[in-house]
Amino acid sequence: MKSKRIATIDTLCVACGTCMKECPFGAISIPTGIKALVNLEICVGCGKCSKVCPASVITIVEREVAYEN
Amino acid sequence: MKTKKWYDYLWVVEITYFVLGFFNILFAWIGMIFFVTPLAISAIKGDKLYCNRYCGRGQLFAKLGSKFSRNRPMPPFFRTPYFRYGFLAFFMAMFFNMIFATYLVFAGVSSLSETLTLLWTFKVPWAFANTSGVTTWIAQYAFGFYSVMMTSTILGIVTMVLFKPRGFCVYCPMGTMTQGICKLKHKGES
Repeated sequence: MKSKRIATIDTLCVACGTCMKECPFGAISIPTGIKALVNLEICVGCGKCSKVCPASVITIVEREVAYEN
Repeated sequence: MKTKKWYDYLWVVEITYFVLGFFNILFAWIGMIFFVTPLAISAIKGDKLYCNRYCGRGQLFAKLGSKFSRNRPMPPFFRTPYFRYGFLAFFMAMFFNMIFATYLVFAGVSSLSETLTLLWTFKVPWAFANTSGVTTWIAQYAFGFYSVMMTSTILGIVTMVLFKPRGFCVYCPMGTMTQGICKLKHKGES
């Protein structure tokens, strides 16, 4: 069952990789070195990434809202 | 629990680098590895693997930050492109200024200045220098490069204490440059 909440990352992400290291599920990757990407299937919206993000560009939102956007 | 890999201990290399510089300034040249490797990785692979995995400085800030950081969000202007690229331009201007100072010593116009310049302003006489056996411009570059490395570390520590552990990553000139290279490399991709 998928979680109700999920992480979303703003375009001002600096791609430092702090969130990727912190994520306990390996749901974040930075394949192009431009911006971190969240795997919607794996993310549980725990918020650990958003706590450590130095640029404060990660927000935890309702999954439905993320899919709508 | 995640198992630690060899690259999770690169913060030790960062500390070793600064300690070696205290004993002999010529070790500052090793810092070129920290300068060239990220650029090479982003230019060849098109990602920020260095920042994400191999940056010893980032790891060091994360370690120190777990104890000493206030863990407050950074003011939003730090993450704006204006500030990030502006700081990169300023940093590069200072870097080329250092290269020019090395050139002047190489050309015999200036004599070797055995000082560290912290935060581009404060000159610290360096009593630990042993520059015998090398030409003066090599020593001059070492002083300049060590100054650059120390300056960015001081900025990183201040940012770490005031804001989040890896706060420096937000405006790190190397990070901005590698991200810029990645943007160019992936231009046109969806």
